[in-house]
Amino acid sequence: MQWHNVDEFLAMGGYGFYVWGSFGVTFAAMALELWLLNKRRQRVTQIVKQEAI
Amino acid sequence: MKNMETKTGINWLQINWLRYASPKTFYPLAGKLIPWCATCAVLLIVYGLYLGLFVAPTDFQQGEGYRIIFVHVPAAWFSMFLYLLMAMYAGLGLVLNARLSYMMATAIAPTGAMFTLVALVTGSLWGKPMWGAWWVWDARLTSELILLFLYIGYFSLQAAIDDKNRADKASAVLALVGAINVPIIYFSVKWWNTLHQGASVSLMNAPAMAAVMLKGMLIMAIGFWLYSIAVILVRVRCEIVERDSKTTMFRQD
Repeated sequence: MQWHNVDEFLAMGGYGFYVWGSFGVTFAAMALELWLLNKRRQRVTQIVKQEAI
Repeated sequence: MKNMETKTGINWLQINWLRYASPKTFYPLAGKLIPWCATCAVLLIVYGLYLGLFVAPTDFQQGEGYRIIFVHVPAAWFSMFLYLLMAMYAGLGLVLNARLSYMMATAIAPTGAMFTLVALVTGSLWGKPMWGAWWVWDARLTSELILLFLYIGYFSLQAAIDDKNRADKASAVLALVGAINVPIIYFSVKWWNTLHQGASVSLMNAPAMAAVMLKGMLIMAIGFWLYSIAVILVRVRCEIVERDSKTTMFRQD
């Protein structure tokens, strides 16, 4: 463990904005991709259901 | 004659692997793989984040700022690797005229483009505190930006041509020609005098430090790889249904 308290962890030695910004952007982009893909998957599931009838 | 079948387990020679080149048989296989890949991806990314944010020590030069490496480098690797994979499937599609290959290439592109954008943005967030600039026209950064444009070009070309078959072929040619950019990105730090650091700089510290940093980075990379596989398989399944349902619609007309 590198940190003594939460504030130190969040500050990232003064690089907080850049470090958390990077991790935030990365996981936001992945979450956005998953959200869009899930919407598409739901539309496709509808097609599959309709064609099965 | 000797019996090919071994007493235990499956005889791998007797499985007709080509069967899975057909969208119809690939669809359920992909469906079975998705939950495993997704679960492993989540576990590895969580472990990688733990190593990167809690276990890995402070860098002697860049302080805590270097921790961006744990998302920046895996994202950059997959921006390039997924491009090559996309170009390979596109090439396979051209050679074999296999529909599933084109569908795979189409399914890979959005994830590759997403990682390219992530590599550029996290790189920018790293460049600002270390170099004092959000962006420089350095060989590494410029060639990575060109990679993003190649992905965008691939999407646009597919969207611009109505005939799916022609769209697949045209975009496959673009993907193959653009593949030359990937080795340029990779070797740019060697070929040109770039501001972007070389590949091994982060490993020059004390070995114990390098080991845990490298481990965290590799775990994150494998996590991103499994994430990519899961997402691409979901997308290729959508692609299969969308394309085939359109053909049945035309048939009914």
